[in-house]
Amino acid sequence: MTTIQSIAGQDEQHPDVALVQRVREGDVSAYDSLVRKYERQIFRIAQHITQNREDAEDVMQDAFLKAYEKLEQFQGNSKFYTWLVRIAVNESLMRLRKRRTGKMVSIDEDLETEEGTVPRDLADWAPDPEQNYTQSELGQILEKTIKGLPPGFKVVFELRDVQGLSTEDTAEALGLSIPAVKSRLLRARLQLRERLSRYFHKKPGSRQVGPKVARAES
Amino acid sequence: MTCTEFIALLDDIIDDSVAAETKAEVEKHMHKCGHCEVVFNTTRKTIEIYRSHQIYDLPNDLRERLHAAIMARCKKGC
Repeated sequence: MTTIQSIAGQDEQHPDVALVQRVREGDVSAYDSLVRKYERQIFRIAQHITQNREDAEDVMQDAFLKAYEKLEQFQGNSKFYTWLVRIAVNESLMRLRKRRTGKMVSIDEDLETEEGTVPRDLADWAPDPEQNYTQSELGQILEKTIKGLPPGFKVVFELRDVQGLSTEDTAEALGLSIPAVKSRLLRARLQLRERLSRYFHKKPGSRQVGPKVARAES
Repeated sequence: MTCTEFIALLDDIIDDSVAAETKAEVEKHMHKCGHCEVVFNTTRKTIEIYRSHQIYDLPNDLRERLHAAIMARCKKGC
């Protein structure tokens, strides 16, 4: 098996930079590679925000077309993917507003609610709780569980925890401050944990972890 | 360390980005507080489950159809 050595000096460069440059020079096949690389992720983000399959399909197409049209405006100082996510989030929010007859929907709305910041369900889970469900049951549970979260929470969780973006890249993609991303991430994680607990508790009769000391009031 | 302080640090604990001196306090707290230990373990498990069972996946036929539509319009100049 042959190995291809990386070209000296290009080790630091994100592979998207070269693809974007080729698209700018008129190579549409380079854009094909970018679409293939990110279409699944963009679809998921759109689905999280719109909660509607057809809207998510339209958003995904529109986001890639818009990014292609506006590629000249893309500044190399941000990553192509974070720029693309921002377009997709805006397109998704527009769809949502249309469906809610113009009602304002924002990723950045200040959510003052304290809901979910104090863990209430403190019983332990079964060792591998997901194995008590079939793949399709588990998929339904995970969808149902995340559905009720505010759009800003869902997208932050998707980008940070599922897609593995850094806090900084997530903030840039969503146009949020770093503290705002951190606050949404904590609340998203805790609310999902709380909601999943009802499915994943240890079965009655199995040993539960009890409190070792009285819990401090929050 | 109180439970409230522990929860405020939960993301950093999960992402393993707490300072060394705080880490010792975190471990001490988890050792004596079963509730916080459960919250830590189940939150980490929540993330693992969502990461390994990705929802809203695109079936291949739909993906190919959408992909072809995007590329056809790009080739025409959108």
